[in-house]
Amino acid sequence: MSQLKPALSRRDHLRNRIAAVCGLVLTWNLLWGEFTWANLITGVLVAFAILIFFPLPPVTFAGRVRPLRLAWFLLRFFTDLLVASIQVAWLAFQFGKRPNSAIAAVQLRVRSDLNLTLVAEAVSLVPGSLITDADRENGILYIHMLGVKDLEHLERFKAGVLRLEARLVKAIGSDAELRMIQQPAPSDRQERPQ
Amino acid sequence: MTLQTALDTLAAVFMIGGAILSLSAGVALLRFPDLLSRMHAATKPQVLGLILVLNGCAIRIGTLKEITTLLLIVVFQLATSPVAAHMIGRAAYRDDYVPTGELLKDELAPDAERLWKAQREGRG
Repeated sequence: MSQLKPALSRRDHLRNRIAAVCGLVLTWNLLWGEFTWANLITGVLVAFAILIFFPLPPVTFAGRVRPLRLAWFLLRFFTDLLVASIQVAWLAFQFGKRPNSAIAAVQLRVRSDLNLTLVAEAVSLVPGSLITDADRENGILYIHMLGVKDLEHLERFKAGVLRLEARLVKAIGSDAELRMIQQPAPSDRQERPQ
Repeated sequence: MTLQTALDTLAAVFMIGGAILSLSAGVALLRFPDLLSRMHAATKPQVLGLILVLNGCAIRIGTLKEITTLLLIVVFQLATSPVAAHMIGRAAYRDDYVPTGELLKDELAPDAERLWKAQREGRG
């Protein structure tokens, strides 16, 4: 488990806190619809109250944001969203044909909670894939996939999830995580403890 | 063609596109054979459909105050919809509402017992 949770320095911890407060203040102001001093001050108060009364589990964000890579990740994400939405819509209107589906296990290479969550969010927002279960300890996502033609199609889909993970880590991962995704994927699932 | 007409046309394209996607989600909900397939339809094309409709609204309204609210709706929709779909799918699988025999392949089945035990013990 220790390798899953890189110890955060006080500085990283403080940085994550500040990011959380900024995000909450921004949300508060957007909810009110305008930026005023009053909204800013009440927003800060509300943000601190939330962080004190509903403490979040520590997010182990130890990477750094690379804007160009992040833009690339978002662009690919929205194209995936568009293409897959049209595919599912097409499936819906193909009367008399039952779409096949399958559940795939995908072993991610970076096992941090944050990576698991973000990959799961991105994968499951794209229509045609739905997270059925997640193995946090071993970093495995179990993904229900709609419209699978055959087993080869399923393998291509799994490779696509790993490519998505690679894009995400390149966008916001740490250097150590970058090295992890450059290794070949652990495809042999028998290696895991039973 | 003036700028206003161009914007109106763009807004119309977004809204109609969004409406068609939402309609397809409804049709899929009726037609798809099992719960998990229906969850795909209920949560995903509808998200893009909503984004498109709100885009259309943003173009038509065009004031910053409303657009920020629309932006917030999109963000919350993107953040919450996968979680809801996952929770329902997960509960359904555990309670045997998923006809696993009809799946092309089920890679969760061999790991299920080990995984659920780990989760019960708080390691999941």
